[in-house]
Amino acid sequence: MTVQKTRVVSLPNEQMLSFFRGMLRIRRAEERIGELVQSREVRTPCHLSIGQEAIPVGICAALKPADTVWGGHRSHGHYLAKGGDLNAMMAEVFGKATGCARGRGGSMHLVAPAQGVFGTVPLVAATIPLAVGAGLSAKLQGTGQVAVAFFGDGATDEGHFHESLNLAALYRLPVLFVCENNLYSTHLTLKERRVKDNIVESATLHGMAGVVLDGNDVVAVYQAAQQAVHRAETGEGPTLLECRTYRWRGHVGPAADLEVGEDRRRELDEWRRRDPIEQCRDLLSAGGLSAARLAEVSAEATEEIEAAVRFARQSPDPDESQLLHHVYAARSGC
Amino acid sequence: MARLTYAQAIREAHAQLLAEDPRVFLIGQGVRNPWYAGTSLQDLDKEFGRERIIDSPVSENASTGAAIGAAITGMRPIVFHPRMDFMLLAADPIINQAANWSYLFAGQVSVPVVIRAVINRGGEQGAQHSQAMHALFAHVPGLKVVMPSTPHDAKGLLIAAVRDGNPVLYIDDRWLYELDGEVPEALYEVPIGSAAVRRSGKDVTVVATSYMAAEATKAVETLTQRGIDVELIDLRSVKPWDRNLVYSSVGKTGRLVIADAAWMSGGIAAEIAASVVGEIFHALKAPIARVCLPDAPAPTSVVLEQAYYVGAEDIVASVEKVLV
Repeated sequence: MTVQKTRVVSLPNEQMLSFFRGMLRIRRAEERIGELVQSREVRTPCHLSIGQEAIPVGICAALKPADTVWGGHRSHGHYLAKGGDLNAMMAEVFGKATGCARGRGGSMHLVAPAQGVFGTVPLVAATIPLAVGAGLSAKLQGTGQVAVAFFGDGATDEGHFHESLNLAALYRLPVLFVCENNLYSTHLTLKERRVKDNIVESATLHGMAGVVLDGNDVVAVYQAAQQAVHRAETGEGPTLLECRTYRWRGHVGPAADLEVGEDRRRELDEWRRRDPIEQCRDLLSAGGLSAARLAEVSAEATEEIEAAVRFARQSPDPDESQLLHHVYAARSGC
Repeated sequence: MARLTYAQAIREAHAQLLAEDPRVFLIGQGVRNPWYAGTSLQDLDKEFGRERIIDSPVSENASTGAAIGAAITGMRPIVFHPRMDFMLLAADPIINQAANWSYLFAGQVSVPVVIRAVINRGGEQGAQHSQAMHALFAHVPGLKVVMPSTPHDAKGLLIAAVRDGNPVLYIDDRWLYELDGEVPEALYEVPIGSAAVRRSGKDVTVVATSYMAAEATKAVETLTQRGIDVELIDLRSVKPWDRNLVYSSVGKTGRLVIADAAWMSGGIAAEIAASVVGEIFHALKAPIARVCLPDAPAPTSVVLEQAYYVGAEDIVASVEKVLV
């Protein structure tokens, strides 16, 4: 399958600026985390989504606050785009008591229940059935909530994925299956893992809507998400969105993993020219937003990230007395 | 008080929980089908509708994962696995997800799900329709594991499991389904982690799980006739298990036989034996005996099955051995 290039259209400046800001926050946060990994100040494994920011931002812009998102090992973007607190994420990456998981999770286990981020965990595909369950829960309770499973193309190699699509389609559950197809599963290219480049066809086979889209075009992602949310909310069931994108950095850590694939250097050059943030910036400029305003937004993002790093550094470590807390939940009202 | 079979008691608990709490629903393979569930779920779909009684495809991973996701977002699901062997296809959602999430997210997320697994052995079904793997799950922090052996406990432990607020594995045994006993009509709980003294005695303590508690009851009759005064403890919960009750009983008798119809190596009997030795070694007057399955998969031929499974006679022999 060739990478689909959509004609990038724009939306009103206010909306575009919100996309731009959202993507830039993720980019800057991850670039900073990459530096902190390199300097060994951060030790927990960090999987960066640099280059893929349009997907979480475009999808989450189409969601209600009560909708839930479920992610994996590469989920800084999902957490931030759904409204997770930046300071708490940075502190979690540092392993601090103020982290969103109180220092038990690190980069790979993020959570913000009040914002609908119920959990991101690194076992590949593991949260896909959980998102189906959130959809089932919403349907049984009649809450109107939509559940979003974010996962990479590697997760489509797991049985979890296929079983979950079938259940969600069978019970017409309000679920968005968002495949961030960055063309790599750790070091293996798509071609090394499947005969055909046809992830989206799983939707047809399981009897649900499926769309392939340019995952570097935030507007395309947003509009496809709006349609999928509409289907979910009107009882038409789930949608599989295969968002084509590219992982600029390695599977884990800040390096570019130039040794993987067939021609990674050329691919990287090609995909950097399709930077979702630069494309968004161009549209904003074309829409009349001044260079000065764009620079201001950029500076704000940088300062916000630096403040988060300061917060994380100044935060206390978890107390050893907490080691065995929360293995079991305290019994609440029944 | 009504007399119900073990299977009917399980059904009654389901029906009352479904009636009491709109968050409770049932999902799993065969929930509408007596071939899978016996009478333990009979006609629940007719009473509560197929929206809440979901007979799922053979997708153990997704149906268990979906129940966990629903639990995290406010429901109180019961997942049904008619054969525990098949539940291994859901090992990731159970062990990696349900068990971890409370700890992992520092109590901000909880997973109030009941995962019911049936041990359905015998009948020449062989290796993959017979396994009792409670020890494997009891090994995992974050899970609770219960194994009722009477109709009363079958009902009370299911109610306690649904209300517990944690992932609870509720393991029942098809060999107990026709056992009958008195079951209160009210909704009541048997506390998780509490064992029951079925008979007080002074010579030897027998700790038994699930089906072996029923076998131990038969063994006690024989032993009583032979003048041996047995204290019989039905463990009921294998995670957490009732250490205090076992320690105080062994403190009194000085002798311990553990009967658990699962493999011996690394099993719950090994855990209890190690704990007793570690905590109250000086109370012991004799070596501890374990009555467990041999370390081999279940065979099919009835001749081999009879040699493989343990029962009342094995408990009698072990008790006599520790009394020598």
